[in-house]
Amino acid sequence: MMANHWPLWRRQIAAIVRLEVRKSLFHRRALILYLLALAPVLLVALLANIHPTLVRTSAVLDATGHYVRERTVVQRHGPLQDPAVAPLVFADLYNAMILRSVVFFGCVWIFMNLFRAELVDRSLHFYFLAAVRREVLVAGKFIAGLVTALTLFSMSTAGALFFYYQARGYDAAMRDIWDGHGMAQVFTYLGMTWLGCLGYGALFLTMGLFFRNPIVPALVVYGWEWLNFLLPPVLKKISIIHYLTSLSRVPLPEGGAAIVAVPTPAYISIPGLVVMTGVLLYLASRRIRSMEINYGGEA
Amino acid sequence: MTQHAPPMSASPADAASPSADSARTVVFSNVSKFYGEVLGVNGVNLTVGPGITSLVGPNGSGKTTLMNLMTGLVRPSRGRISVLGMTTDEPEQLFRQVGYCAQFDSFPRGVTARGFVTGFLEVHGFRREEADRLAGAALERVGMLAVADRKVASFSKGMRQRVRLAQAIAHQPTLLVFDEPLNGLDPMARAESIALFRALAAEGLFLIISSHILHEADMMSDRVVLLNQGYVVAEGSVQGVRAAMDDQPMQILVRCDRPAALAARIFAQELAVEARLLTLPNGDPALLVRARDADRFYLRLNSIVAEGDIALYAVAPADDDLQAVYQYLIGGQGGTA
Repeated sequence: MMANHWPLWRRQIAAIVRLEVRKSLFHRRALILYLLALAPVLLVALLANIHPTLVRTSAVLDATGHYVRERTVVQRHGPLQDPAVAPLVFADLYNAMILRSVVFFGCVWIFMNLFRAELVDRSLHFYFLAAVRREVLVAGKFIAGLVTALTLFSMSTAGALFFYYQARGYDAAMRDIWDGHGMAQVFTYLGMTWLGCLGYGALFLTMGLFFRNPIVPALVVYGWEWLNFLLPPVLKKISIIHYLTSLSRVPLPEGGAAIVAVPTPAYISIPGLVVMTGVLLYLASRRIRSMEINYGGEA
Repeated sequence: MTQHAPPMSASPADAASPSADSARTVVFSNVSKFYGEVLGVNGVNLTVGPGITSLVGPNGSGKTTLMNLMTGLVRPSRGRISVLGMTTDEPEQLFRQVGYCAQFDSFPRGVTARGFVTGFLEVHGFRREEADRLAGAALERVGMLAVADRKVASFSKGMRQRVRLAQAIAHQPTLLVFDEPLNGLDPMARAESIALFRALAAEGLFLIISSHILHEADMMSDRVVLLNQGYVVAEGSVQGVRAAMDDQPMQILVRCDRPAALAARIFAQELAVEARLLTLPNGDPALLVRARDADRFYLRLNSIVAEGDIALYAVAPADDDLQAVYQYLIGGQGGTA
């Protein structure tokens, strides 16, 4: 019986995704998202291309040891140029800039607005007046938010990684990507971004349905995620950032005051985030099932 | 809280009853809705059948709340609602058969009239080609096909209203709920919309329409539901409701050649509580009678005429229109028409 509904639900979800992606990616409001996504790319590009140089002068001698001429070598000497420290610097940048800022606030903006902005614009009732299950509406909106977030923040991550490798020059970058751990690193960072969008997306979509002014709870979550390094190991696990940073191939520096906890293995982190997303979407579906349209007052 | 009398019903069969065919009706069973401490509607028992039913009442009387309740946009605090045999908790079933043109004058940004209706139909689950076809047909029906590809933001209020009408009828529902659908329309568009409503009703659809404009509601409705302060104060056909108002004698205008003589006969037979001699705008004499029992008055009038000394030209009820009913039931309580 249930299976018969799938073609209809697929069509409905596709229609919702088309409408929502158009709104979230091609609307004036999306400008802030583009700027947010561009910020880490610009920062890494600056670090990669504007850097101190080290000028080394040495003598060129012939086979008999006689001085022939002087050789001047100009070396790029920035944090991303040194193969020993560059992965750590980028990991730090990724953690602070992309994961905790761009992905976090981007997801706040995208996913909270999926329902909240429609309440503010007084247009949510159009969905409620269609013959669509409210759970299907939640799924459609979530997928639309995910398409938007993944598109923008994957490009943001990929752009930052491009300049990270560009900092060391083409040959070194190619060696690292194809012969070293570069490819695995690229996919790990992209995967962390995708899982961040999934987890934060579900969290903020649900918060947007439960709170009239979800900005305050979002800031509380932001504080909790930032202070995660100070929390005891048990409390660390009640956060999304812990599971994301556990996936990093480069140990992320947490500072001197940090309470160190053993990273959660990927086989727990990844399914854990997916299960959490499912639970949050279930709560959102329950909430929207009983939701009333009353633009003047409580939604 | 003020105790309200049970609503005046034109016919007992109209009142909510378990025997009513629920698959063909909208039934409110003791429905109340409170917004916090604010009363939306209270103790509503109502059965709405096919044809055009108008919800009439002053602002804040509960018209929109009733419409939002029957379309599941709000949930009752108490009581049960059945719409064509369905509950309002399952929009995926309900809106296959229900179209609602709400009062909210807002649209997604940047959308065209066609894009809006087509998008809505696709969310319903229609395939693109079918959605395009239905959207075109609906926009044509409300007279908006020529401007279908213009952005809704550039439309006047009346045009936006008609786009919402198109959205409500596009998926070809059985029950149409229109909240103040004539608001913002110019006289020509109002007349066209009323004609559209009548045509839809003639096709066998149910229409439930709220309106402030009494003569328009009177003109297009098969029955009315009068609301005041969250209570249903009367329901049924306008004439039926009027006839049931025992405390308000019926006004009947009689055109005849000897109104004074007729008045004397009427009083002699105790048929009226009041009779006034009038001169009509065309100069003809007439008699305005207020009779407690209109049926008895008409019967006796026949006898008087049969006696042959008074020539009767015309007899017509003077206050069985919605305006009068509204005035008697609500007007005294500060209602605005």
